[in-house]
Amino acid sequence: MAVRDYLRERFFPHLWCPGCGHGMVLNGMLQAVEKLGMSKNEIVMVSGIGCSARISGYVDFHTLHTIHGRALAFATGVKMSRPELNLIVPMGDGDALAIGGNHFIHAARRNIDITAIVMNNRIYGMTGGQFSPLSGPGIRATTAPFTNIDYSFDVVELAKAAGATFVARTTSYHVQQIADIIKKAILHEGFSVVEILSQCPTYFGRKNKAGDAVDMVRWFKNNTTPIGSKAKQENPDLIERGIFVQTERPEYCSEYDKIVGIAMRGQN
Amino acid sequence: MTATSGPGFSLMQEALGYAVMAEIPCVIVDVQRGGPSTGIPTHGSQGDINQARWGTHGDHAIIAMTASNHQDVFAVTVEAFNLAETYRTPVILLFDEVVGHMRERLVIPEPGVIPLVDRLRTSVKGGVDYHPYLPREDGRLPMSDFGGVHRYNVTGLFHDMWGFPSAEPRVVHDLLHHLVDKLENRTNLLARYKEYYLEDAEYLLISYGSAARSARHVVENRRLRGEKLGLLELQTLWPFPENIVRQKCAGAKSVIVVEQNMGQILREVKLVVDEPQKVFLANRIDGVFITPVDIVNIFRLIQGKGV
Repeated sequence: MAVRDYLRERFFPHLWCPGCGHGMVLNGMLQAVEKLGMSKNEIVMVSGIGCSARISGYVDFHTLHTIHGRALAFATGVKMSRPELNLIVPMGDGDALAIGGNHFIHAARRNIDITAIVMNNRIYGMTGGQFSPLSGPGIRATTAPFTNIDYSFDVVELAKAAGATFVARTTSYHVQQIADIIKKAILHEGFSVVEILSQCPTYFGRKNKAGDAVDMVRWFKNNTTPIGSKAKQENPDLIERGIFVQTERPEYCSEYDKIVGIAMRGQN
Repeated sequence: MTATSGPGFSLMQEALGYAVMAEIPCVIVDVQRGGPSTGIPTHGSQGDINQARWGTHGDHAIIAMTASNHQDVFAVTVEAFNLAETYRTPVILLFDEVVGHMRERLVIPEPGVIPLVDRLRTSVKGGVDYHPYLPREDGRLPMSDFGGVHRYNVTGLFHDMWGFPSAEPRVVHDLLHHLVDKLENRTNLLARYKEYYLEDAEYLLISYGSAARSARHVVENRRLRGEKLGLLELQTLWPFPENIVRQKCAGAKSVIVVEQNMGQILREVKLVVDEPQKVFLANRIDGVFITPVDIVNIFRLIQGKGV
């Protein structure tokens, strides 16, 4: 099936700004689904609120556009009732780690078989460019005109510490790597976290004089490096890309099935 | 179904609005305690009546029901599920601490005795263009199980018949009317209530939940003395059964609303009766269950007898 066939073109044009990175993430994600040869009926996409969350409307899967930060809570409900379906949960950085931070760490702790994608553009775009928990110090935002003083989460370290069994990072420049990582994340049985650095030229770029979309994507190219590369040893400021964690741990729904089995013993 | 008390109900308000908009059948139990905030844990109150009505933002309609004893709690809970499925709406059960902590006899009927409403499912086949948010002529919305044979979008935004977000004025106007009208146009049909000695009642008590137990005690006691008191016990609080309340109050000299808040249902009663000046409040708001003596004291004041 062609990537195009996974889209609901009747609902286009999409609402993302020119130069936004979210369309590149959508492209990489659909390539992963296409490579896996998945049918549209076996995928559920759940999203929260924000620019990133609109992604669910544009794909021809079972789609659930929910409330701010709670996409993983809704997805947990869907997965628990229909464990045979594949759950993909794209979230923005604010959605996933500010209001949704609690759901994020608990989904990781449970190791429920959901693919969480953090589309990290380091800003709240839809609501007008407020700083997020991933903006980091020194960054300017509508609500931080004299620069932000909050340190940011490291999504990879946070996901690792919370117990996610698949953790990876890439950027909107590396679309082939997006496809490759999301493919592995979907196949992984357990909670998968994929952080994708994405550009918001409209707010983050403008406020921080980061140039246009092309400049921002070039920044991803020049400031990231594969995990453990020689370049990283020479320049510790480079951001590592690739798969950081891929381990096995009992998956939540299958553990829950066992408990149901124990509870039902002697009742039939 | 999910259950909570006061502060937990506050936390649920956003998702409650989502369920209204996405037309998700569900039942939410709020066993009320005193508020605002953490208030007075595990003491009696009926302070969340208006929160159930307007706690989530935006115009909407909602069903809220209550009961005064465990047999009725059982019946009303089954009814809540039936109404949630019929109208694809959240239904709120506003019980209170007294009924919640009480122990009393309950007869569980045999399966089949209480009629159950099955979920209305679509007859549209898989692979055919399905419109998850296109109501039938009677306003009902046949469902296709999410994740099943039809792929569709569910959102808390105003949406068209496919469930896709829309800010089209016509779409917004029609959807909001659909959400409100499906309940507000059926106020009489949704009204559940019990009545005691109303035929010739000169003094009419209106109550609900645990407070109705004390109100009923007063009515029955005074009847023994030949005084013409009656009780209208409301079980459906929202949509407020305005026609029924107006009719029942028409012949009464005075109406006394017995509740454990500062007059949340009193206000509704005053709005619908022909003579609001004859409606009085008998309440208690200190975390202590309202007793028949409390009600009688206020009743004597209304009669001009003093306490």
